[in-house]
Amino acid sequence: MQHVSPVREPLITSGKTYHDVTQDICYQVEAAPNIRWMSALGVALVLLGVFLYSVYRTLWYGIGEWGLNKTIGWAWDITNFVWWVGIGHAGTLISAVLLLFRQKWRSSINRAAEAMTIFAVICAAMFPVLHMGRPWLAFWVFPFQNTFGSLWVNFNSPLLWDVFAISTYFTVSLVFWYTGLVPDFATIRDRAKGKIAKVSYSLLSMGWTGSAKHWSRYETVSLILAGVSTPLVLSVHTIVSMDFATSVVPGWHTTIFPPYFVAGAIFSGFAMVLTLMLITRVVFKLEDYITLEHIALMNKIMMVTGSIVGVAYITEFFIAWYSQVEYEQYAFINRATGPYWWAYASMMTCNVITPQLVWFRRVRYSIVLTFILSIIVNIGMWFERFVIIVTSLHRDYLPSSWAMFSPTRIDVGIYVGTIGLFFTLFLLFAKFFPVINMAEVKAILKYTVNDGPTYGGANDGSQQASRRIAPGPFATPGVPASAPVNYDKHD
Amino acid sequence: MTKRFALGIFEDEDVLLHAIDNVRGAGVKIYDVFSPYPVHGIDDALGIERSRLPIAAFFYGMCGLAFALWMQIYMLGFDWPMIIGGKPNIALPAFIPVSFELTVFFTCHGMVITFYTICKLYPRIKTPVLDARSTDDKFVMAIELDENSSQLPQLTQLLRTNGASEVNQKEMTKF
Repeated sequence: MQHVSPVREPLITSGKTYHDVTQDICYQVEAAPNIRWMSALGVALVLLGVFLYSVYRTLWYGIGEWGLNKTIGWAWDITNFVWWVGIGHAGTLISAVLLLFRQKWRSSINRAAEAMTIFAVICAAMFPVLHMGRPWLAFWVFPFQNTFGSLWVNFNSPLLWDVFAISTYFTVSLVFWYTGLVPDFATIRDRAKGKIAKVSYSLLSMGWTGSAKHWSRYETVSLILAGVSTPLVLSVHTIVSMDFATSVVPGWHTTIFPPYFVAGAIFSGFAMVLTLMLITRVVFKLEDYITLEHIALMNKIMMVTGSIVGVAYITEFFIAWYSQVEYEQYAFINRATGPYWWAYASMMTCNVITPQLVWFRRVRYSIVLTFILSIIVNIGMWFERFVIIVTSLHRDYLPSSWAMFSPTRIDVGIYVGTIGLFFTLFLLFAKFFPVINMAEVKAILKYTVNDGPTYGGANDGSQQASRRIAPGPFATPGVPASAPVNYDKHD
Repeated sequence: MTKRFALGIFEDEDVLLHAIDNVRGAGVKIYDVFSPYPVHGIDDALGIERSRLPIAAFFYGMCGLAFALWMQIYMLGFDWPMIIGGKPNIALPAFIPVSFELTVFFTCHGMVITFYTICKLYPRIKTPVLDARSTDDKFVMAIELDENSSQLPQLTQLLRTNGASEVNQKEMTKF
């Protein structure tokens, strides 16, 4: 009774059994770290060192270490903040929105994508906290009974909304991710040989046994968490965009910002997921779990959101002209033709043209091209935030206060440093935690596995079809493999 | 307290579901079923009632919403009223974002804490597992036995005919 769809591509290839899944995913947790992982961690730690040095300089000498001036009071810090938060959004999209839409292909990538969310939000949070100048007083952003002065926080301010949005987003993502990890920690615990491993994974797995009742509740919890995370992820970037949209700065004061930022966030997030997944599948040999089909599907989402972003760019321009507001019009003409034209041109090329290449099947299914595209999109989305923030600020209403921004070494150091922080966390995660959600993959395995080699992108239906009818490892005793497919129980 | 169990080991979820139906049909009470992943349809087969966690989640969400509104209205409207941008002290539209975020915050954390509490999941050094393979690739049906395991031969027969690949006996002291 092997259920196979005649139209859909298999999600897991090479005829994996449940035990193979456990074996393949636990392997990297149990085996000694390989040389590729060690060298990657080495590079990440060097960048982390750059981060720590730059943070030390920022704290010791103050914000003067950054390239900010009176006109441009926000530049790389907020650019990086928005960039990182945006990257995080793809993780929640995969774990929550695709769960609600019952997209089963998410099972292979959701764990790593959620981890990416959490680490990206950690990196993002560094910037506003450091920009405070006195990060040890960062808790003042919360509404404390104010014994230091006489004021509560201002609940009318989008910056305060951001505090609540990001804190909620971070903690909810963390809990969602951890709850998903518990059954997999139990699997590792029950296989662990060493004493330290046994005790630590036992502590992490919280005594999970896989009882039917627990699973039933677990599924309920996952569904509701997905249900609340979906509006949450939209609200977070909406609020981030309101940091700008509620101001009266030309180029920022636009109602299109919330949907535009959310689409941009998912766009850049999927680019980062692709970058990470393409590396992970090679480093940990997970080609059977993260197949070309997964890559193509993620590429499609990148194409859709990238196109929305492209439309938003053009709409902004149109509205600036249509509004007949001189300042608004100047802000946009200055963006495209002013001193920062190169940033604008990079943004347009990377974000509007690049995703359109994905229309070609050959690009969508090519690992090398996808990897290059994902990097280009990451760069383009960084430029988008830079363009929005710096070009809007550097020439405002008063020409006498026009200025230019150039980053200092410390600006660059903090930015590059957070990439080091991100990869350090991600590599540690990939080594010590199961990088693919084993329980979820096992749950879809029976219906999606095939016996053939990794799908190669060719559309030769005949061969594929004959391969699928071959009896798989799950053929039920007494039932011929070609028995009529029965879906009613499961879908 | 020591409990004895007959453990039927199954290899396939569909075989397991049929076996559950037949075992329950034969009047045997199933203690629990352990599986490496959530088996769809097992709730109905075992007669597990629908979880009331969604109701709890709704309740927590409402608490969060009430708390957020109270906090903002009290702080800016009554405790220290201040004119901000010429707006009313209690500017409800501006309170929507924080109210929404706190609703989600309370819903999520309240529900997850409830989940861990009712499932008795907490960090522990040693976990009582009836069959360690149940977190890997086997589906384990546990049936409680009496002191002398008198039903064991009968149960073995029943489980075997319903597709169990092994039937084991296991004692468990701690729960």
